[in-house]
Amino acid sequence: MTILTEKVMTRDWARPGQNTLAVYKQHGGYAQAKKALELAPAAITDEVKKSNLRGRGGAGFPTGMKWSFVPSLEKNTKPRYLAINADESEPGTAKDRFILENDPHLLLEGIAIACYALGAHTCYIYSRGEFKYPSAVLDKAIAEAYADGIFGKKLMGKDFELNVYQVRGAGAYICGEETALLESLEGKKGWPRLKPPFPAVVGLFGCPTVVNNVETIASIPRIFEKGAAWFSGLGEAKSGGTRLVTLSGSVNRPGTYEVGMNTSIRELIYDKEYGQGLPEGRSIKAVIPGGSSAPVLTADEIDVKLEFDAFKPLQSMAGSGGIIVMDDQSCVVRSLWRVARFYAEESCGQGTPCREGQPWMARLIRKIEEGRGEMADLDNLVNVAQAIAPWPPIGLGNTICALGDAGALPVQSFVQKFRKDFEEHLRLHRCPLGNAPWGHFGEFK
Amino acid sequence: MSEPLFTPDEQKTFDAGIAELLSHYPPDRKSAAMLPALRLLQSLKGWLPPEGMQQVATKLETTVARAYEVASFYVMYHTQKPGKYVIDVCTNLSCALRGAEGLLTYLEQKLDTKAGTNGPKYFLRETECLASCGTAPCLQINEDHHENLTRAKVDALLEKLS
Repeated sequence: MTILTEKVMTRDWARPGQNTLAVYKQHGGYAQAKKALELAPAAITDEVKKSNLRGRGGAGFPTGMKWSFVPSLEKNTKPRYLAINADESEPGTAKDRFILENDPHLLLEGIAIACYALGAHTCYIYSRGEFKYPSAVLDKAIAEAYADGIFGKKLMGKDFELNVYQVRGAGAYICGEETALLESLEGKKGWPRLKPPFPAVVGLFGCPTVVNNVETIASIPRIFEKGAAWFSGLGEAKSGGTRLVTLSGSVNRPGTYEVGMNTSIRELIYDKEYGQGLPEGRSIKAVIPGGSSAPVLTADEIDVKLEFDAFKPLQSMAGSGGIIVMDDQSCVVRSLWRVARFYAEESCGQGTPCREGQPWMARLIRKIEEGRGEMADLDNLVNVAQAIAPWPPIGLGNTICALGDAGALPVQSFVQKFRKDFEEHLRLHRCPLGNAPWGHFGEFK
Repeated sequence: MSEPLFTPDEQKTFDAGIAELLSHYPPDRKSAAMLPALRLLQSLKGWLPPEGMQQVATKLETTVARAYEVASFYVMYHTQKPGKYVIDVCTNLSCALRGAEGLLTYLEQKLDTKAGTNGPKYFLRETECLASCGTAPCLQINEDHHENLTRAKVDALLEKLS
């Protein structure tokens, strides 16, 4: 069975009032934190390790291992911090906002457990500046938790102070990169830091800091509900739990869905529980599998499972779970231009290959798309991308942070897999699809 | 000297807000409150006027240059006074595949403006992904989010803008 039968993360979303403390507690809320806080901090981290929970922000890094990189208090006496990355902005990704809107206390309960395990007395939740409504819901939930004695001088009655603050961003994709997020939390522009040192050792205000995604920390209470073995067993191979994915583009039923790690992209697109396929007569041209930075897949490559390691043979990644479908009447060159323009706009300006290269690539793609290009432009495009971050494999970037790679990977993969489409633009000196390059649903009605 | 920046009530809100924000950070890290402090100023004045920037810098014990460095890095801060309605339209890939380019053209025609032009009433902008990809196309009007947009929905939204 590859269609999820038991919802784990989203099971309570439809319940009226779920985003209030009263209803959350009525249905067992904060019971897991109470249970976990009876354990020694190291035992909590061990459970998280055993659960095979992996970071849901894009990298898929094992969460328990990340926590264990924080040095012991004997070795490093500085305060430690937990920072929650709620700066959801990778194009194609819309999942964390729904956790904040529908079940904010699930995140806060996870924060209580995580901070206790890490010995962190302060947690900052860095949320997207554009999230007006989700932020308001979260602020209310935090206030409720303080009023109820969950947070504050005594975390749920324990002799452990915990303060939780929400800090809103102000419109900069780069602040989703964890060291840029820390810079922003310190009140600066979001320029990523050189690594090492990693945040676990030198993070916020120079102190040991763990940065985790919203969905990651919201998964923690579920681990303590039925145990690490159960949580791990929900998943596949070394990826525990279920995942939230966002399906968008040329499908009949776009939306945010909870899927099993063993669900394939094909099932996500076609199953009646999820995307319900493409309109009659349309077929898949291309699929971006993990947010716009993930190398694109062809229609023949979508039997891949949504588990984190499954994408390696395809030289792509599960990323942040943003799956964008382009049908056979949508222009891949125009699509790539939209993506390239984004990375050009969002490059922070610090690293030279990225600052200069991303706008250059966007201009070249635009030139080709509008029919003004020549063959040399296509070669040039690939050369610029390779200079920013050679591919394959993923992870060879020449820039300070992964935004360089994020902009180069789509260019390289689109050109490699759809070279004919680029060449056709060059030959015809126009887009073959003319004025309707966006597929079945592309017209504004 | 021209009129003071804040009314007495606004000044009170500003001072209390900054004090609350500063309590969220270590005492020797006052400038960490820069982002929320700028947001507070903008919520009071609609933008970031120079006198306000000076007040933020003073309260946070940093320089005005630092305040502008931050303000100019993040697109949601207005260092110039924006039109009454800031309309941000996502034209990234997921939205484009659901009609966002047409949505932008439709708005340009209806509002008789060009995207990127700041006018007294409307400041229409293309923006980047608003994390609403499964409910595309979408836009925000003064940070209020609207999704699954159609011509009819946009017409109804614009009618409410006086």
